[in-house]
Amino acid sequence: MSGIDARVLTISPDRPFRASITTFGALAWSGFRRYSTYRQATIAGSFTNIVFGFLRCYVLLAVAAGAVGNRPGGYDATQLVTYVWVGQGLLAVVGMWGWTDLADRIRTGDIASDLLRPVPPLVSYLAADLGRALHAVLTRFIGPLLAGVVFFELYRPHRPQTVPLFAISALLAVIGSFGCRYLVNATAYWLHDARGVQMLWTLGSGVLAGLSFPLRLLPEWAVATLWVATPLPGLLQTPLDVLVERDEPVTQVGLVALQAVWAVVLLRLAHVVQRRAERKLVVQGG
Amino acid sequence: MAETGETWAGETWAGGTRAGAIRAYAALVGGKWRSMLSYRASFAAELLSNVGATVLDVTTVFVLFRATATVGGFTLAEAILMTGLTAFGFVLADLTVGNIDDLKRYVRTGQLDTMLTRPLPVLPQLVFTDLPLRKLLRLVFGAAVYGVALAVNDVPWTAGRVLLAAVAPLGAGLFFGAIFVLTASFAFWWVESGEIGNGFTYGGRDFTSYPITVYAHWFRDLFAYALGFGFVSYQPALALLGRADPLGLPAWAGFVAPLVALPAVAVATLAWRTGIRHYRSTGS
Repeated sequence: MSGIDARVLTISPDRPFRASITTFGALAWSGFRRYSTYRQATIAGSFTNIVFGFLRCYVLLAVAAGAVGNRPGGYDATQLVTYVWVGQGLLAVVGMWGWTDLADRIRTGDIASDLLRPVPPLVSYLAADLGRALHAVLTRFIGPLLAGVVFFELYRPHRPQTVPLFAISALLAVIGSFGCRYLVNATAYWLHDARGVQMLWTLGSGVLAGLSFPLRLLPEWAVATLWVATPLPGLLQTPLDVLVERDEPVTQVGLVALQAVWAVVLLRLAHVVQRRAERKLVVQGG
Repeated sequence: MAETGETWAGETWAGGTRAGAIRAYAALVGGKWRSMLSYRASFAAELLSNVGATVLDVTTVFVLFRATATVGGFTLAEAILMTGLTAFGFVLADLTVGNIDDLKRYVRTGQLDTMLTRPLPVLPQLVFTDLPLRKLLRLVFGAAVYGVALAVNDVPWTAGRVLLAAVAPLGAGLFFGAIFVLTASFAFWWVESGEIGNGFTYGGRDFTSYPITVYAHWFRDLFAYALGFGFVSYQPALALLGRADPLGLPAWAGFVAPLVALPAVAVATLAWRTGIRHYRSTGS
């Protein structure tokens, strides 16, 4: 008999912690498996990320060539190149765009069956999203990184703690991105059609997360406001700054801590919004 | 709808009944208009985010020029002329044939079959079924950037340059339109082509938003000359500014650059027609 059957993993009363972990793991694995079936989409997406990598990389290098001391925003050429190429890979891992599962299920009324499950939707979608992110790390992250290594000179981190800190920062970026997307999707509970909100999110999130250009190119006050008042720099800019060692070690740890604070705030907010929606939910569809 | 359906039934596009076809397109646009009005809040948000996208593209150029006086040997004003020309041309294409991107969805779900059974050509049907009225504001903004860029640059106006200034956005629009149709046609052969097309449509827009001197090696040769993106905004802008091409093309190249749209349209038409003939439905 294969490992798949019709049993539902429920949270057992005698060993609640272990059962929760098992359930969470199973849901994450399902997210991983789901994305591993989209092989062609993975290839198509990587191709596009690589094209945009070239475009952004050349433009930023041209800016560096004309900037004071050849360091726009405090990055040298190899740091900029690394910022762009790792950013193109990380973009797919963080997955800011294109997730409309929750909004679609709210619109069609399928959300009703999610609410009957023993796992809250916030937890089950988070687990599946972490599985998706892990799949992206093993696939989508690699392509742009390889292109960067082959065609340009990438920055080698000097500090031993940089790579582990980058991994933590990237994980927090995925959680932060998930929290934002959950909130964006959840507007469908009230609006039914969340497309407008989704478009605004797609528009703002790319630029304000540091995808089009490193946010350090903006004036000081704008940088400070964005970092403290919004979770957006934590979705791309912070992990990339950590990797290219843009700041002193203490500042880097501080920025990652700020990401952690935002991750908690966003998940808490998503939880509250979900509760409010459940209290007044009218299921759509027939 | 039953009555109108009957009146179309006997008419064909190729026959003499053009009025019937126009009524049919008007019905498609009218349907879109009514569905849009029933989600007003969403439409307002879409209108805003659409113009916002172009605003951010232009803002990005300003942000980059905060760090340096010239990018690839061009000043901010000169670069904005290219950005504005691209923005204007791209929105012209995006507004008309941009939603052809959805072809892969129509092919995957089999909805394309419905369109093929109607007595209208598929391409205009796709265009009019989902005419993105939300992109209108964006067109105004794109045209404004181009206009301002022409005003702030010291263009040595001649009759030829006036003509070029008028034709260049149309050429850019036709060219991007051809790229939209061409990349959408991939779906006939490869349904899951997904984002590949974006690399050339949106990628092409990003490529032509900056002077092509910033790119290097085979990447520049591929996009600028092999695919023709170098003639969309860079070459016409050089001709308008009266600047020699640092990459060595003669001065007249800029004046004939908009003609690059013609072969692009020819290739796109060929790909589209071959694709439609190749299409055998999803079978579901």
